Amino acid sequence: MMGAQSYIAGWAYVLLSAMLVSAWLAVPAYAQEGANPAGTRLAMAPKPARGQGDKCVAPTDWMRRNHMSVLTHQRDKTVHDGVRAGPFDLKGCISCHAVTGEDGKAVTVADPKHFCRTCHDYAAVKVDCFECHASRPVEGEQSSQLNTERDLAALADYLKGKSP
Amino acid sequence: MSKCNGGKSADCGCNSETSTPVETARRWFLKSAAAFTTIALAPNVTLLAYAQEGGAQQPGQPRGEPVTAQKRWGLLIDLSKCAEGCEACVGACSRENGWKAEGHPRTDAQWIRKVNIKNRKSGVERSLPVMCQHCDSPPCVDVCPTGASFKRADGIVLVDKHICIGCRYCVMACPYQARSFIHEPVEDQKSYAPRGKGTVESCTLCVHRVDAGREPACVEACEAAGHKAMIFGDLNDPASEISQRIAQFPTHQIRADLRLDTGVRYQNL
Amino acid sequence: MKRVIYRELETEPGFWGPLVALVLLVGAGLGSAYYMEHHGHVVTGMDNRIVWGLPHVFAILLIVGASGALNVASVGSVFGIAAYKPMARLSALLAIALLAGGLAILVLDLGRPDRLVVAMTTFNFKSIFAWNVFLYTGFLAITVAYLYVMMERNLGGWTKPVGTVAFIWRLALTTGTGSIFGWLVARDAYNSAVMAPLFIALSLALGTAAFILITSWLLAADGRPFEESVVTRLGRLLGIFAAANLYFAGVQHISALYIAERVPVEDFLLVSGGIYPVLFWGGQVILGGLIPMALVFFAASRSTVLLASVLAIIGAAAQIYVIIIGGQAFPLSMFPGYDVSSNIFDGAIADYTPSLPEAALGLGGIAIALTAVLVAVRVLRILPLQLIGETDAADGNAGTQSSGSQKGRPAAA
Repeated sequence: MMGAQSYIAGWAYVLLSAMLVSAWLAVPAYAQEGANPAGTRLAMAPKPARGQGDKCVAPTDWMRRNHMSVLTHQRDKTVHDGVRAGPFDLKGCISCHAVTGEDGKAVTVADPKHFCRTCHDYAAVKVDCFECHASRPVEGEQSSQLNTERDLAALADYLKGKSP
Repeated sequence: MSKCNGGKSADCGCNSETSTPVETARRWFLKSAAAFTTIALAPNVTLLAYAQEGGAQQPGQPRGEPVTAQKRWGLLIDLSKCAEGCEACVGACSRENGWKAEGHPRTDAQWIRKVNIKNRKSGVERSLPVMCQHCDSPPCVDVCPTGASFKRADGIVLVDKHICIGCRYCVMACPYQARSFIHEPVEDQKSYAPRGKGTVESCTLCVHRVDAGREPACVEACEAAGHKAMIFGDLNDPASEISQRIAQFPTHQIRADLRLDTGVRYQNL
Repeated sequence: MKRVIYRELETEPGFWGPLVALVLLVGAGLGSAYYMEHHGHVVTGMDNRIVWGLPHVFAILLIVGASGALNVASVGSVFGIAAYKPMARLSALLAIALLAGGLAILVLDLGRPDRLVVAMTTFNFKSIFAWNVFLYTGFLAITVAYLYVMMERNLGGWTKPVGTVAFIWRLALTTGTGSIFGWLVARDAYNSAVMAPLFIALSLALGTAAFILITSWLLAADGRPFEESVVTRLGRLLGIFAAANLYFAGVQHISALYIAERVPVEDFLLVSGGIYPVLFWGGQVILGGLIPMALVFFAASRSTVLLASVLAIIGAAAQIYVIIIGGQAFPLSMFPGYDVSSNIFDGAIADYTPSLPEAALGLGGIAIALTAVLVAVRVLRILPLQLIGETDAADGNAGTQSSGSQKGRPAAA
């Protein structure tokens, strides 16, 4: 019995020590939170670049949670039904959320500053879209009927009419 | 009946004299399920509120309505006007859709190609562009295990690359060798023609142009080159130029004996 | 008659060498799959004319072989022939392992193997491929259940019903595999209803040959006897199935020769196609059909039956290669009566050279199957101590003994 008790006691000591050490290591982060945000946990959170225009087509919180369902539904509507209008078309997203790089042109998904990558790299969720889709608005494309200015105007009308 | 001791027992957790633990548990389950379902469905309901519904398609605006079977798109190619050695359609398709020679002719994508045929007995030669024939009974659609290869309501046969797993059964099944498997990583795709490694692709009849009320790039290029061998139009509309021509002169479908009822027809073959 | 005793494989240290070699082969297969997926299929010998290459030959070989390997168990359970019952457990295990290896190759060769979940949840039920997803995975489940009822002491009464379901499922699965080709209208070499029964006959011959070879390997490794009477009996079975295979191949090609449209492709496969006639006549007909039949019917002995099994497997591989690759190499006949040419080689015979990643992937799949067999036979009571003996009246539920800490040969029971 003595052996079993000392076995349990031994593990209890190990656990307690581990908890104290972790608390000690975490103290600096908590202590500085008010004083110096740059050195805290918040500094690690992703900060995606602001898109164009006043606001996104839907509230940010809602978009964060639901953009994957939005994309899934929209892709079926576009591919199978030919519906290319609507606030959730992928080209609209890409053109509003394009991030400009050092050369003044929009960055592709190969650059970590790409809008989708800022969050997806942090969350370690691979984005499959850009295996096939262009990851930045392609300049000088004649063929597409989607014209950024016209679509932003249509978006603005839509938002004035019905806001989420 | 009551195992609850009239609600006085602390173990029971129910608030009615007649509730049994089973009924209580059932009530809890139904409430939780309803709450769970509501939470799960709420985003989708909100999504529906955002979706842009209704309204006829405005000219110049992207389409808001699903396509219907009212139209059936087709191509008519007059081979007496198709010049041997001219590859205007091929080049235009390649520039429009972003596929190009990568230096590996056996694995490079080819959405449209010029085929030269010579009659063995008579020596008559013809040159014709061959692309996806957009059949009405497409064998590629029949064999696709996930349904990625599909026929749109207006007759255009497409690959939904979101669900294509790259098994290449459709490449085996196509009687016209129209499909290509993408063997290499792709960069710099056109925004309206997404394409990527590991999926299968073929002529889309420039669906992004068609949905905007324009013609496929190959047809435009053939006109620009002065040959005007290709006509694009609605096969279901008897007043369209393509239907009138088909009604007037005999036309040929490649491998017509397979009864696939192709959307692409040839004249003067 | 003595009761059959099943015991785990005891061979030591002779077990670890083959296991390590097989695991290395599996690693090579997985590595080549990663290489192909990362760089695209341009690194293989497959292209837009030959989209299914060596990996698919290996995969179909394993899948069709899996279906046939279960036949030994079916003959015992479903048709009640007692002499096959001691081998039933190994037969079921082999079926599971071979099918798993074949499926692994198919999935790893996909252009988008990361979309396996899509393949298993989104279906177009007009496609035989979609049905095959259910047929293959269902076969795995049913054969696992079959093996379980054979091994579980009190469930012996279920062996015949589950075995019958497995037997019927096998026929459906092999029909589905043959119909992958048989239902393609586009190609002159396929597009034939005879593909389904041809594949069934092929599976029986190939599966029996694989079973004979693997059984003899495992028994020899453990010093257990492979009784001559059992070997020659299995050999005769192999001979009958090889004959059936030849019959259906004959029907396929002779019928095709009556169709003027198909004469060019038959000429290509049987006479003028270079490697394909060599594989057909030399591999499929002579090595895979006539010689094994002669051996087992006229000179049956343990060694000749083993040789016949090896030749039958070579013949089956040749047959599948001619079907899959030869059928794709021949150009589509879009303009009969015309010479056709284009910059993507319309009208031209496509040549195909298998590449190293494809071979590694194919061999990796075989290695997966053999690793599974080796490990299972080592930890489960599947391999019988002797092949002649009485199994329970409840079929297959014979006496079982664990090796415990015993090494060395079993005492006579």
